[in-house]
Amino acid sequence: MPIQYYIYLCLTLFSIGIIGVLTRRNAIIVFMCVELMLNAVNLLLVAFSKMHHGVALGSSATSMVGIEGQIFVFFIMVVAAAEVSVGLAIIVMMYRNTHSVDINFLNRLKN
Amino acid sequence: MSTTDILFYFLSALAIFSAIMVLVSRNPVHSVLWLILVFFAISGHYILLNAQFLAIVNLIVYAGAIMVLFLFVIMLMNLNAETEPQKHMWMKLAGVISGGCFLMVLVSLVRQATDMQNKSVLMKTGDIGLIKNLGKALFSDYVVPFEISSVLFLSAMVGAVVIGKKD
Repeated sequence: MPIQYYIYLCLTLFSIGIIGVLTRRNAIIVFMCVELMLNAVNLLLVAFSKMHHGVALGSSATSMVGIEGQIFVFFIMVVAAAEVSVGLAIIVMMYRNTHSVDINFLNRLKN
Repeated sequence: MSTTDILFYFLSALAIFSAIMVLVSRNPVHSVLWLILVFFAISGHYILLNAQFLAIVNLIVYAGAIMVLFLFVIMLMNLNAETEPQKHMWMKLAGVISGGCFLMVLVSLVRQATDMQNKSVLMKTGDIGLIKNLGKALFSDYVVPFEISSVLFLSAMVGAVVIGKKD
């Protein structure tokens, strides 16, 4: 499969995430769109890691080139899990104070 | 057209359609369910790329844990009614147009990049995605970031408890 197909797929998913962040007002949906963008990047990292691995397999059959990409995806997942737990706690706190998850309420943080 | 190609196109179409439905659905619970479908499609892509460990971790962590957390918060706040205030029509149009411009610029960039001509992704074969090889790399070369991420988890847990505490 040519690498371009994977790039187009991931760009489309990433752009859908951007459009979601720009057009929705529910903070939880915005947060979910950020997760979607993270996943698009993860898929692209794995595709590039397999691309480099395929090139390196031509020279030596036991090469481990490209494994960094998948390790990186693993750490992105770790950071995303930590980020979701803190972010959802912030959204819950915001809902408790304003009784809404509308992101336009966030411009009144100083009061 | 081989089975791999058919699976690739099917999973891509499923991922993009579900991602669009995440935006279009009015009910937040439906958005979460569509997003779970996106994650399943991406896990299918990982399996096609023979990254089996990441496929399983993606299912367990994203579709299993994170999405359940989202569902739990939505149901806790009783948001499953369609009460979201809508942005102005022009704001929505501006968002879609700017996202489309971003996509168009990057696609035209990729089409012209000479680095990516005639490069192909290794499908179905190649064993760097197996648990054995990833585990060896993770616990030999990347053991320090691994331990640091455990500290990150601890601090995130403490932070979530402190923020979410009723005061």
